Amino acid sequence: MINPAYKKKMVVVEGSYAVAHAAKVCRPNVISAYPITPQTHIVEDLSQFIADGEIPNCEYINVEAEFSAISALIGASAVGARTYSATTSQGLLLMHEALFNTSGMRLPVVMTVANRAISAPINIWNDHQDAIAQRDTGWIQLYVEDVQEACDTLPQLYKIAEDNEIMVPGMVCMDGFILSHVYEPVVLLEQELTDNFLPPFQPDDILDPEDPKTFGAFAAPDTYEEFRYLHEQAMQKALPKIEAVAKEFEEVFGRYHGGLIDGYMLDDAEIIIMSMGSILGTVKDVVDEYRAKGEKIGVLKVRSFRPFPKEQICEAVKNAHAVVVLDKNISIGTNEGALFTETKSCLYNSKVRVPVIGYTIGHGGRDIRVESIAKVIEKTKKVAKSGITVESQFLDLKEELL
Amino acid sequence: MSKTAPKTYITSGHSGCAGCCDAFAAKFTLMGAGPNTIVVNPTGCLEVMSTPFPYSSWQVPWIHSLFENAGAVASGVEAALKALGKKDDIKIVAIGGDGSTMDIGLGSLSGAFERGHDFTYVCMDNEAYMNTGIQRSSGTPFDASTTTTPPGKVSFGNPRPKKNMPAIMAAHGSPYVATTSIGFPRDMMRKVKKATEIVGPTYIHSHCPCTTGWGFDTSKTLEIAKLAVETCLWPMYEMEYGEITQVRKVKDPKPVEEYLRTQKRFKHLFTMEGGDEEIKKIQATADWNIKHFGLQ
Repeated sequence: MINPAYKKKMVVVEGSYAVAHAAKVCRPNVISAYPITPQTHIVEDLSQFIADGEIPNCEYINVEAEFSAISALIGASAVGARTYSATTSQGLLLMHEALFNTSGMRLPVVMTVANRAISAPINIWNDHQDAIAQRDTGWIQLYVEDVQEACDTLPQLYKIAEDNEIMVPGMVCMDGFILSHVYEPVVLLEQELTDNFLPPFQPDDILDPEDPKTFGAFAAPDTYEEFRYLHEQAMQKALPKIEAVAKEFEEVFGRYHGGLIDGYMLDDAEIIIMSMGSILGTVKDVVDEYRAKGEKIGVLKVRSFRPFPKEQICEAVKNAHAVVVLDKNISIGTNEGALFTETKSCLYNSKVRVPVIGYTIGHGGRDIRVESIAKVIEKTKKVAKSGITVESQFLDLKEELL
Repeated sequence: MSKTAPKTYITSGHSGCAGCCDAFAAKFTLMGAGPNTIVVNPTGCLEVMSTPFPYSSWQVPWIHSLFENAGAVASGVEAALKALGKKDDIKIVAIGGDGSTMDIGLGSLSGAFERGHDFTYVCMDNEAYMNTGIQRSSGTPFDASTTTTPPGKVSFGNPRPKKNMPAIMAAHGSPYVATTSIGFPRDMMRKVKKATEIVGPTYIHSHCPCTTGWGFDTSKTLEIAKLAVETCLWPMYEMEYGEITQVRKVKDPKPVEEYLRTQKRFKHLFTMEGGDEEIKKIQATADWNIKHFGLQ
């Protein structure tokens, strides 16, 4: 729904441009990136901003690989620079080792990930396998539903990540092509409002000859565990911060996309569809049709996958008769998507008793049609009535290709 | 060191071996670079021995990220200092071993030099992966015994010569590339100082004999470093924009045997049948150095 108050501010631009513009108004000091489809337009647009001198006090590093893209930001962030990168798929996987290093050193680097499938077979289209594979790297992961949210979440994430009590890096996960290459009406973030909302980055510890500090020391068994504990504690502190910052953003900009989670037709819902990312738009359309027929179907959007909002999810689904989770990823060997597994996990020791089934969907960018969502809802209605027969399965599998 | 020697910025108390070459290299590097320096240190002995949390030997700001990314981390440090308006006052020195420089970190280092970041990279070349237990690297010399190139019934040890790393760095158009050795502290300090004062990516390749990995007495580190130069197996020179501008002459080169005999890693060349022929091949490398670099 477009807020009428914003209609006149809206421009039709490509998703990548809107995101690049959002990164620009966050006033990064160092941008470091390597081109990979479908992230390319974001870094091309940022390069043009740099070429036109539109990002003050900012250096753009055209690195030779994604591994160096993130590594350069490790060095830059340690000096006290606000840092930005964008990547996807193989590029994100190439960063994997350095992602742990960034978060372990508690450097609040912020990245946009234009989610894309993983090779082999090579495939450039959207699913969430790339980012889900990074779930244990200790980064905050916020999944967005549309281009406006991809933009609005960037300053929010800087504010969360750079909080001195948190100091954890984060990625905004937006669906590759579906959001990165779509042209849709969007409010480009205003510089003045962004400056009001997002304070300058002022870390307590930096690399400075005036006050020499050691970053990235060696920790033996007598100290290593406490580093892991404190990192986890920081993530727990991020939970309320994500909620609070979303509300602060709403106060300044007038837009709200949810905090840790968001609900649509959720309050009285008997059947709940849970998912992350742009598929939620299609799901909401289908739910509207069901609601028109008087059926109590609702949508639970999970915006924060890391930290994982256990309490909020339990609370949101407690009165449902059945829940279905749609995952654009699979952990091969479990036959389950990650959101499904973790949702079941957080319910297990709670007082909430609700059957949950899962579908892994849209692998490698396969289109997810409204008919398929309707089919999922029908199956979930049966689960509500007579229990689970199939716990987790692929959606729209082409039997003739097997 | 004499009383007039420059101050260093890495303290004693670290857990390096007696006679550790990395400790010498880090000390001489910082004596050359001075206190207004941010050090980037890839994974290796130096990082492990100098920063057992919560202790640190470093009296300058220091960052260790990973094994293969020092070039990129230094790039980011430089870019950030520029963006924050601090670059004029602060030098950046990356210091890593031969493995992190010549093997796993080569891509990252090449990228940083090609982009022209203003920093100095010092390679402490002790000619194998010492931190993991003396495995071969592309810096390991011909016929050296390592735990992954042991001599055997059909092998005299490492089958390949050292990678010519200074030439690779010079090929990036670097304004200053120099070789040095911890056996010549003044030479090393002078070259590091010069490198850090030149704008652009500069490279110092320092030969660093490792007591544990090469197999010699802990009191002999600097002596053996000198022998490598005196036998012309380690030529010392400076290059500006790819052209050799200075060479340290060796008046009466000693036979390579004198150098090889001091180290367990070459012991097999003196005991195995055919070892004498192998030593001739190593002498040929020294002879080539004399001719190519005009060492005499």
